[in-house]
Amino acid sequence: MNQLTPQLTKVPAWIRWPFFAAFGILVLTLVQELGQNETSRLTATSTSQAMLRWCVPILLAGLGGLFSERAGVVNIGLEGMMILGMWFGAWGAFNYGPYWGLLIGAIGGAIGGLLHAIATVGFGVDHIISGVAINILAPFAARFLSSEIFTQYQGGSITQSPRVESAGDLTLPFLAGGWGTPNLFKAMRDTDLPWLSDIGSVLLGLCTRVSWATVIAIALVPISTWILWKTRFGLRVRISGEDPWAGESQGINIYWYKYVAVTIGGGLAGLGGAFITTELSGIYQEGGSSGRGFIGLAALIFGNWRPSGILAGSLIFGYPFGLGLRDLDGFASHALLLVNAIALTGVAIWAIRNKKTSDGVVALTLAIGSAFWYFYSDTVPDWWVNILPYVIVIIVLIFFAQRLRMPAANGQIYRRGQT
Amino acid sequence: MKSGLRSVALALAAPTAALVFAVIASSIFLLIAGSNPINAYGDMIEYGSQLEIQVDILNRATPLYISGVAAAIGFKMNLFNIGVEGQYRLAALFAAYIGALVTLPPVFHIALMLIVAMVVGGAYSGIAGVLKVTRGVNEVISTIMLNAIAISGLIAFLIKEWQEGGQIQIDSSIRVGTKEIPESGIMPNINSWLEVFTREIGKGKELTGFLLVAVAVGIAYHIIINRTRFGFDLRASGINPFAARSGGVKDKRMVLGAMVLSGVAAGLVGMAEVAKLGRYNPNFVSGLGFAGIAVALLGRNHPGGIAIAAVVFAFLDISSGVLQITGSASREIVYIMQGIILLAAVISYEVVQRYRLREEAKQAGDALSEVETA
Repeated sequence: MNQLTPQLTKVPAWIRWPFFAAFGILVLTLVQELGQNETSRLTATSTSQAMLRWCVPILLAGLGGLFSERAGVVNIGLEGMMILGMWFGAWGAFNYGPYWGLLIGAIGGAIGGLLHAIATVGFGVDHIISGVAINILAPFAARFLSSEIFTQYQGGSITQSPRVESAGDLTLPFLAGGWGTPNLFKAMRDTDLPWLSDIGSVLLGLCTRVSWATVIAIALVPISTWILWKTRFGLRVRISGEDPWAGESQGINIYWYKYVAVTIGGGLAGLGGAFITTELSGIYQEGGSSGRGFIGLAALIFGNWRPSGILAGSLIFGYPFGLGLRDLDGFASHALLLVNAIALTGVAIWAIRNKKTSDGVVALTLAIGSAFWYFYSDTVPDWWVNILPYVIVIIVLIFFAQRLRMPAANGQIYRRGQT
Repeated sequence: MKSGLRSVALALAAPTAALVFAVIASSIFLLIAGSNPINAYGDMIEYGSQLEIQVDILNRATPLYISGVAAAIGFKMNLFNIGVEGQYRLAALFAAYIGALVTLPPVFHIALMLIVAMVVGGAYSGIAGVLKVTRGVNEVISTIMLNAIAISGLIAFLIKEWQEGGQIQIDSSIRVGTKEIPESGIMPNINSWLEVFTREIGKGKELTGFLLVAVAVGIAYHIIINRTRFGFDLRASGINPFAARSGGVKDKRMVLGAMVLSGVAAGLVGMAEVAKLGRYNPNFVSGLGFAGIAVALLGRNHPGGIAIAAVVFAFLDISSGVLQITGSASREIVYIMQGIILLAAVISYEVVQRYRLREEAKQAGDALSEVETA
């Protein structure tokens, strides 16, 4: 988003981001007003609640990728590490309860990360080949483990685990009325003032019955920033990704930092997988990760290899997941077409003002197509709702993939003593 | 002569080491799970050495091989087409639909379906190619997203539109899917070819005619990669993109070309299944795309290597069926074996490659010092 508004970069981030969010909600409000109350789901409390839950696995995969790629190791294997996390999360949660499940899931993912580190750092295998191998190995391993272990449990089978418990949740006091305190956001929502009530509704969803696992995941955003940018360990991880030979000349053991960072990255992806099991589906199911590891990578790219950007990306990608879940008649997804059209028009205006004509033309074409579809149909088919998150990932990457800067030595094979 | 033998030994060392490592590691898993590994392997080998079962293995290896070649075309220039999965299913759906619409003489009918499949596969992977070339979108992410879009979007939509011309059949659920393809569009089996060499197959087994298509794909792959300008440019871009670019290779055109070609091959992967079912239905075989990537990595993108890898994977897939019957182990052990073989192979290729480079550097150094002293 920094790139979108260069004139706004002087404003501190903590003012800028809420401003963007409020503006986004304004767009949603306008679309809902224009649709003559066709749907109110775009800003419904339940939608923002679902968005938050569905963004967490994407966020955690993205943060996992961040640690790995900041250390210079491209991590396509996040999806596989997530699958390991899902399986171990289910096993741990079934035997020892949800919190242990999350921890054991993270350990499962970390094992996947360690494997990736051994292959890429230890043996110098091409990062993408190793990642692809892990993505193939992980579901095979999960299938084998299920056949050995879950089939012995009541309600388990070769493709799924028995039902597991979720972690407890939290409703913020004062803001959302937790512990019997006054409920500010609900009062905002009930004012019936067009924009204000929508903001209240969305915020209420973000603060009501938030799983403790979500709280942990959100807390990991500032923690990651702190670790990577404020500690000596983080500095050394980043030098491994920017210029490992410079780091080597300073006497830093680059291999060690790469190993640790990739393993942490796997652990975060595994935590995301365990979150899918305990918080989203309540069960381990084969294929249940449905590409979220890759969407996490997309969030990492969109977020320009920064934690706050990854959070923004995962909220954007989580939104259609959360919306699609509740949108059985397709009206909200239909309204979202107009939102897309408006957003793409915005991108087009920005691109043309910055003399990026081809970007502008592509964005405008997509905007017109989207608007055309909106005005010439009443609803969208169910398959469109299913694929919307993936379409949005591609559209976002179309406009953001080129203007970003990844760590300079990302993806390069580093061998000690060779330049 | 001696160095020739040596290089063959080195080339074989890596896959052999991977296989041995995988057998040892899987044995440990089997022992932990409380089964006797020797019994399990014995059962599998005994089962797999029967002729009927070998027909099954070849039938399984055929699509795996084509899928492996599809992935290998991209790998040759460091392009990762992870989208074979979506491409072959979409291509098979279109081919089955169009194949059911027309009636043509047998050869033309089959050829038409194959062409449709190749065009659809190439067009769909081409999207990822265009996104990479024009917008710099990473092909791994875009092909994964396109997989999801194809499988849960396009196919789900089209299969509903196209099933039996839009009418829902009442008689049974088996008939869900596209209309049945007439006899002329079904690739005949090649049992008679096999019977020339061996005794009768019998037991209702049919060796798929697509085995010949797979062989043709392998030969075409070998010729394109090793005997054409395009193939040379492709390999050059894969080994050193900067040198290739300064050598006049148009890198964007190569990316697009490799991506489309990979999709063209991917389009053929599902055709054996279409011929077997006589239509496309919702239970269409899945997972061949990812297995193909594994096979390509294991076979080092070499046309012969991919064939061996495809047969090894097919052997594991098919012969594991006996484990359920004899009860000597859980059949899922083969998944672990395939996964470990893959990871071990990837690592051991790298180790051998590095060893080879060091040897070459040493030999060159020795030769130089000989010249100096002489």
